[in-house]
Amino acid sequence: MSFQPVKFYQTGTFTVGNRLLPDGERSVQSTVRRHNSLNSGHRACQGCGEALGARYAIDAAMEVTGGQLIAANATGCLEVFSTPYPETSWQVPWIHSLFGNTAAVATGIAAALRVKGREDVRVVAQGGDGGTTDIGFGCLSGMFERNDDVLYICYDNGAYMNTGVQRSSATPPAARTATTAAVGSTPGNTFGQGKDLPAIAMAHGIPYVATATVSELRDLEAKVRRAMEFRGARYLHILVPCPLGWGHDSSLTIRMARLAHESGIFPVFEAENGEVTGVAKIRRQVPVEEYLKPQKRYAHLFSPRPNEDVIRRIQAQADRNIRRYRLLQDS
Amino acid sequence: MLKQIEGSHAVAEAVALCRPEVICAYPISPQTHIVEGLGEMVKAGELSPCEFINVESEFAAMSVAIGASAAGARAYTATASQGLLFMTEAVFNAAGMGLPIVMTVANRAIGAPINIWNDHTDSMSQRDCGWIQLFAETNQEALDLHIQAFRLAEELSLPVMVCMDGFILTHAYERVDMPTQEQVDAFLPPFEPRQVLDPQDPVSMGAMVGPEAFTEVRYLAHVKQMQALDLIPGWAEEFRKAFGRDSGGLMHQYRMEDADTVVVALGSVLGTIKDTVDGLREKGHRIGVLGITCFRPWPTSALRAALERARKVSVVEKAFGVGLGGIVSANVRTSYSGSLDDVFTVIAGLGGRPITRESLARAFTEVEQGTSAPLVFLDLNRAAVDRALARERESRRSGPIAEALLRDVGLVTAQLR
Repeated sequence: MSFQPVKFYQTGTFTVGNRLLPDGERSVQSTVRRHNSLNSGHRACQGCGEALGARYAIDAAMEVTGGQLIAANATGCLEVFSTPYPETSWQVPWIHSLFGNTAAVATGIAAALRVKGREDVRVVAQGGDGGTTDIGFGCLSGMFERNDDVLYICYDNGAYMNTGVQRSSATPPAARTATTAAVGSTPGNTFGQGKDLPAIAMAHGIPYVATATVSELRDLEAKVRRAMEFRGARYLHILVPCPLGWGHDSSLTIRMARLAHESGIFPVFEAENGEVTGVAKIRRQVPVEEYLKPQKRYAHLFSPRPNEDVIRRIQAQADRNIRRYRLLQDS
Repeated sequence: MLKQIEGSHAVAEAVALCRPEVICAYPISPQTHIVEGLGEMVKAGELSPCEFINVESEFAAMSVAIGASAAGARAYTATASQGLLFMTEAVFNAAGMGLPIVMTVANRAIGAPINIWNDHTDSMSQRDCGWIQLFAETNQEALDLHIQAFRLAEELSLPVMVCMDGFILTHAYERVDMPTQEQVDAFLPPFEPRQVLDPQDPVSMGAMVGPEAFTEVRYLAHVKQMQALDLIPGWAEEFRKAFGRDSGGLMHQYRMEDADTVVVALGSVLGTIKDTVDGLREKGHRIGVLGITCFRPWPTSALRAALERARKVSVVEKAFGVGLGGIVSANVRTSYSGSLDDVFTVIAGLGGRPITRESLARAFTEVEQGTSAPLVFLDLNRAAVDRALARERESRRSGPIAEALLRDVGLVTAQLR
């Protein structure tokens, strides 16, 4: 099955529908070329950002490579919901080995393809933020450092959602998780911790690093396409809201991703060889409260009374991102 | 071709003759010379096509091998000791997925206390991981076993671990007969994977399996290992015809014909044991040696037959199950028809302690005479142990165990006799 009729597709605010665009600018998701790499029928939750992100990204990679793609997958939600034995949603050759070794498995696949003279077949590795920023970090850094020919995609939902929403090193400050409870004098996750993995990836000097969200489909697809133009290690960090872990309505997944960008919480940019080459500007900056309020993981910041101090600190972080990446239109 | 070379380089050359396509390397003594040798061959273009990847950990080494093997390449790595433990999760994973990776384990002790010298604690810790485990007695057998290992692994789609004693074999310069490329090519067919990641025929590998099928998948792993028990003797015979020497097989028997007492062991210590047995034979002892080459799968039937006449069995082991005793002994007892009380355990050579003929002869004689304890730690410094226990009784904060013991015995190296 490679074609699903799409009657109308709205890519987001301020943009026109796909039908009105020239063919070359249309999203892979609404063309007959769409591969459905991650087929329907999987067991992801309603409104799962990771399922969306994975389908967008892998379909785009399939489009670029003409279907010559192999995927390695870390343990996690994506692995579990996509391959409940004896079924699989994957329409690409796909391997899951362990939680912490996905980048290395991908390195092995790439090495096998090179030794067999099949460098037309490209390799994608993918995992959640736990599998990427925590347990898989050693293998990921090794893959970056060797500049192995792998595109690594991190679907960041800011916690270990598969095991029941525990804190990872990608969990934002003040967020409530099962291991950073909203109790005590400093409820939620601690300030001053966590890893900025896109920056760490850039520090490896790899050819291409980018961030994206599931709210800007064309931007995400364009970054996958750009990533596949390079050989060597590439890193794509996609923010994927999780209704279960974030505690927002499952209809708000796209909106939450957009608000993360427009508040400055999640800077969307791309970098080549360690230098930022482009940023997705914020069209209408929103205060962080707009992003925080719909999420139950931040409920303790607003009830029983607003925690102005913590909200201010989160706003300061967003402002810093905006300054650092020049995210506003006139900056 | 006869060569006088280091054991590690002999293995490196043998592995190269097997035409590996992806080699993952991470340094750990005493394995390092093997991958250094292979790295040089790849760099020089002598081993081609082959990808040599310097990884950042043993966990990555096995993981890269998993990816390479799943994508259809013949994959190899080598490790030892802490490295084997560090990759343990991936070691189990490779076996569970049925990926025919070959790995050399240059056997070394496990810390703490940290110790770089030889024993079998590393391999024994992985005995139930699903890999086939072959133990080499000599450098010649080590290199021969690698050639057989690739064929065995790929035929059964199971990973194979070739275990060789660290330093004692890996760093010993010995004469070996290195086969030709033609000989190896004739014995080892090209790798035809049972499963492969291929865009033309996309499959999902490593899917989650629940209770409805998990037992069956695990049982199939067991069935495959049982198949190895049938294949190995025939291939050892085929190897003998093609290469002109006995190497591999399930086990080697030495002076067993009328033996009342049989010594069972694995690895290079068999040389010392044979010398000891020769000495005892000269004095009229009816004693023989059974060297186990194939430890996993465990050759139950062959062992039972070999031990049929034995009245007493002495198992010499370079590792032990803390809180239990002999690991190999526990396996031997499953395959011995006589009284289980007649299987004795001699723990020897831990952390590289020399195993001498004198001590072995004493231990074997005690077994023959019925005066041996069921579990003996060869050449144990009992007085030093007693003093350590006394210190713990006398003082709550008795301090780090290993450091106090070293201070007590006043030595930093094993006592040679």
